[in-house]
This record gives sequence, structure tokens and C-alpha cells, in this order.
Amino acid sequence: MRPILEIRNISKKFKIRHELQPYLTFRDKILSILTLHKTSSSEEFWALKNVTFDVMAGETIGIIGKNGAGKSTLLKILSRITPPSEGKIICRGRVASLLEVGTGFHPELTGRENIFLNGSILGMKRREILAKFNQIVEFAGVERFLDTPLKHFSSGMQLRLAFAVAAFLEPEILIIDEVLAVGDAEFQRKCMGKMDEVAHSGRTVIFVSHNMNAVTTLCHKSVLIRNGEIAGFGETESIVDQYLKGESENSCYRNWADNVPPTGDEIAQLMDARLMDESLNTIDHIELDESIGVEFRFKVKKGGQKLVPNIHIFTNKGEYVFVSHPEFDLNTSETGIYKTAMWIPPNLLNQGIYYVGIALSTLANVTVHFYVQDALNFEVIENIEKRKSDFRQHIPGVIRPQLDWRFDKE
Amino acid sequence: MEYEIKPRSRIHLNFSELWLFRELTYFFVWRDIKIKYKQTVLGASWAILQPVLLMLIFTLFFSRIIGQKELSMPYPAFVFSGLIFWNVFASGLANAGNSMVSNANIIKKIYFPRIIIPISSVLSTLVDFSISFVLFLILTFIYPMEISWLSMIIVLPISLCIVLFTTFGLGSLLAALNVKYRDFRYVIPFFIQILLFLTPVIYPVSIIPEGILLDILLLNPLATALDIFRAAVSGAEMDFMLMTRGLLFSVVLLIAGMLYFRKTEYYFADLA
Repeated sequence: MRPILEIRNISKKFKIRHELQPYLTFRDKILSILTLHKTSSSEEFWALKNVTFDVMAGETIGIIGKNGAGKSTLLKILSRITPPSEGKIICRGRVASLLEVGTGFHPELTGRENIFLNGSILGMKRREILAKFNQIVEFAGVERFLDTPLKHFSSGMQLRLAFAVAAFLEPEILIIDEVLAVGDAEFQRKCMGKMDEVAHSGRTVIFVSHNMNAVTTLCHKSVLIRNGEIAGFGETESIVDQYLKGESENSCYRNWADNVPPTGDEIAQLMDARLMDESLNTIDHIELDESIGVEFRFKVKKGGQKLVPNIHIFTNKGEYVFVSHPEFDLNTSETGIYKTAMWIPPNLLNQGIYYVGIALSTLANVTVHFYVQDALNFEVIENIEKRKSDFRQHIPGVIRPQLDWRFDKE
Repeated sequence: MEYEIKPRSRIHLNFSELWLFRELTYFFVWRDIKIKYKQTVLGASWAILQPVLLMLIFTLFFSRIIGQKELSMPYPAFVFSGLIFWNVFASGLANAGNSMVSNANIIKKIYFPRIIIPISSVLSTLVDFSISFVLFLILTFIYPMEISWLSMIIVLPISLCIVLFTTFGLGSLLAALNVKYRDFRYVIPFFIQILLFLTPVIYPVSIIPEGILLDILLLNPLATALDIFRAAVSGAEMDFMLMTRGLLFSVVLLIAGMLYFRKTEYYFADLA
């Protein structure tokens, strides 16, 4: 069988203009013609280089990589929004791309009108939209607002409507950018369920995401892109592993000792910090059922102070998870370098990315000697295979404690 | 269905693809019409008020200056017959010229032949055209004048085609230039203003003396469109030479505009 998508040596070149203007002005052009020299220098930048892979019909392929690795450029070329500079892609099927939901939504049009407009922009025929209209409305849960202008919809309702239209697309090849990263948990679950259904209905899906959990659940195979080139292509699990080990942006060790000016004040100064697992290896991710330690070293330059280290944990959306400090005073009457560590127990944080803030304070008159907000970050990942229940979808929430459940018959 | 995505090799107009996307074109036209009069208190009555008010103003100021002997019909009907076509051109060109920039968010997210955006902004002016054409017919009853119905019905589609082709050719050219050079946002209204005086909308061609000036004026396909329509309404003999030339010029503008648009459309998503 021939592949449904043959991607051959795709490269994309951008010219970076050092003027930093998003568009040309006619004056620039005229000036450069008149003066016979360029008004701005430009530099070539290859966003993608020699990307080659095949997609067979019915496969779901994940595309992962750091921000700026070229994932979005590849998606834009696949969806024909921008042409490649070199290479070619052979498509053997109708492609629909969802780089965002609600493309073309107009605030002045009613819900009903927007369903037709958006559906048509996404490539549905009028007949198809008519046939699925009731299902779309039901999925979005906006029956009562069908004839209300979109501008009176809440943002959540707009999003639901947008996703609902997209969910009923039936192309042979579906290209999806991270559209799941929005909306409330209930709706995200609905979306994931729908995506799962699409992926298992025999359609070809290409899915770009930062959410390793979503990629692992949805995609059989994955492509890892690094600096515009393919760094790995194969079974999702091994590719995700490769990404988490070598590519992720998690910083698990940082050093401030040589900073000028020093990170701190005349009393104390931050030296370095790291994340570690139970065997004290520096790591950047743990599984749900593992504990992680935050360790940092600081130099005390003036003795005789009551110093209290404290550690702040945030989600990647910036929500405060908790702040912690020891319940005892550190004996830091002498100058010198001290080391402190805090352990986060297993089964506390849900899967996700967390940011660590590191601080040292004196509580008596509330003095902060240093506070580095995004000092470190780590990812808690979940091995779905370890779940005891059959439920395989994302479980929302910041924390994920294992609580005591009783079950009695009265 | 099998197709290739590759670097641009040659420009072609690809009409078969346009046909595939006819439904989307329809939806864009429909959207532009809907949005135009939403949120306005008077709604679609603007389509009537606008040309009528313009006609009244022009009649007030110019009907005395331009002698009745130059005109084939009463001045209000004369100026209205010009305005119905002029409005297609003026609002079509303004909409089409800005259409790519105002639809940038869609262009950057989804593929379709980009040219259907200026096409639909020009086509959406046809609703206003139909309304004002009916008004024109009413005017011909109000003012005592002879109308040659047969020749009007024959010439109307020809004049309309000339105007649409010209509007669309210039519109897609300006739309493409506007993406690349934002200066054109300011050029478009200025250009329309100038053309109002270079087109015999409020004055008849006959007040221009024969000679080089008249020849230049008649190069403007809009001038031809208005002239042949007015001549037809008043039952004058049809000038097939003029008609053919007008059509030809407008088709040249149409093809030139479309080719330039097609040449640049590949990079719209990178520039917009």
C-alpha cells in the first residue's frame, strides 16, 4: 500500500530582516532602488531542513519537539498555508487542518450562522453541515443561544462551539495543533474522548502537542523535531522518552555562585540548586508515584541571623500550588556554605510541569535575602500502564493524592 | 484525490480549483453582506439612502452647470445611472483592496485559494447594485423620459461585466500590494477619489472636446461602461467598437490583476 502522505526532503527558509518590521513599506522599496543598496540586512534561517517521513493511512502520528524546533512550520506546510522552499509532499487524501478552533468566527453573526461559516472554511460542504447540524449543536451545548450573536457568548461557549464544528469534520487526513490546551477540564475530557474516537475510526491524524500524556494516549508513532531536523521517528513511547531525556526544557540544575551582582544580599547569597530523585541523582522528571527533592546551597556571609529557607511550587499556568518552609530554625550562626533539601512525597502532584521558586528569608522582621521565582522546573509524568482502573484518559487537577476510600454494605 | 505540495514553479490561474471552492466563495459573500448592515440602526435601507442622497447632492450642484442639451436624460436619472455602476466599483475596490489584510487571521490558519477573498468582496456589492438598479427604474418613471428597454437589457450585462472585471482586476492587484506594502491602505481611498473625477459619473462624456483628452478618458473602461449604458437607455445607436474595446481593456486589467495576485499569494501567510 502506498503511504497517504509522502513527505520528501522538505526544507523551509525564512529571511530574517534585521529591521524588525513585520512588513515592507513602499518607501523602503523605492529607497533601496534609488540608492542601489539595501536598507536592511537580511539573514537566512532554515526553519526546517530535509524533513522526510511517510504516513500510512489510518496512522496517528505525534509531532513533538521544543518551542521553535519547527513543528508549527511543518504543520503550516502540510496544511498548504505556506509553501516549502525545497522538497515536496504527495498527499493522497482530503486534508483538513485545525491550527486553531473557530477560524473565521465573526462576533456579529449568530451561533447558527457561525457554524455554517466556520464549517465551510474548514472544508465542509453545505450538505454535510446541514446533516450534522443537530449533532454539532448538541455537542457544543448551545441550543438556547443559536440565534444570539456570537459576541454575547461566553468565551467558554465560543470555544465549545468552535470545537464542536471541528469535531464533526470527516477528512481522510486530519492535522491538529495543540487545540486541547484550552477550556475547562470537563470540556477537555470531552475533546480528548472525541479525539480518541477520531484516532480509532481509521482516519489519519497528525497531532502536534506539548502534552506528552496526550501524545502517548493518541499516537502510535511520533516524530521528534530538533532544530528543524528529524531527530527521531518511531514508536511514540521511545520517542517521548528520548524527548524527555534530552530535549525537554526542564532545568534540573542551576548555578548562581558566579553571578555579578550576586543573587542575594549582604547576609546570604544563593549558590546553586538542583532536583533529585530518591537515590540523589539529578533529574528533571519523576513519575506520579516517585518523590522528588529540591536541594539548594547558599553562602551565609554574616552570622547570627535566623534564616528560613522556603520553596514555592507553581503550575505551568502560574497557579500557586504551595509554599513550604522547615518547622525548625536552622543553626546558621557561623558564616559558610549551607545545604538544604525539601522532599515532595509521591502521589501528591498530578502529572504536569511545575516551577520551583527558591527563597531565603528572616521571618522576625520579614526580610527576603533572595528569591528566584523560576529557579527550576520539572515534569511529573504518569505511566498510564500503572493505573489500576480501566480509565485511560486525563485526570484533571493540580494534586493527585491517593486517598482512603471505604466501601461498606449497610 | 492526489496532489503535491511543492515550491512554486509557475503561475497559473487554476480555475478548476476555484470551482471546487465555490461554496466557500458563496459563504464569504454571504458573510460580507450580513455583516455590512448588522449593528446599523437603519440596516439595509442604507443601500437605498446612500445613492439617493448622492444623487440629490449632485443634482443640486451640477444640474445647473451641465446644460440639459448635453444630456440624453434628465440630470437626476443621468447621475443615478452613473452612480449605480460607480458604487460597485468604489465599494468593491475599497473592500477588495483591504480584504486580504482584514482576513489575515483566516489566511494564516487555513488553506483555500486566496483569490476567493477579493472575488467575494467584489461580488457582495451586487446586492447594493440590484437595489439601486430598481431605484433607477423607479426614477425613469418619475421623470418624463423615453427608455429603450430592449437595448438597455442587452447592454446592462455588458456594462456590469466591464465594471466587475475592472474592479476585480484592480482590486486583486491592490489586495496583493496591500499585503506586501501597507502604504496601499492609504492609497486606495485617494485613488478612488481621483477616479471619480476621471470617470464620467457626474458629467457626460459629451462635454469633453474631441481630441487627445477624450481618447485618454475613453481608455478608462469604466467610462466606456457608463457611456454605452446611457446611450442604450436613451435608445441611441450602439457603438460596438467602443463596447468591444471596453470589454477588452477590462479583461486585460482582470488578467493582469489576477496574475499578480497569484504570483504573490504563496507568501501571504508569511507576510500578513
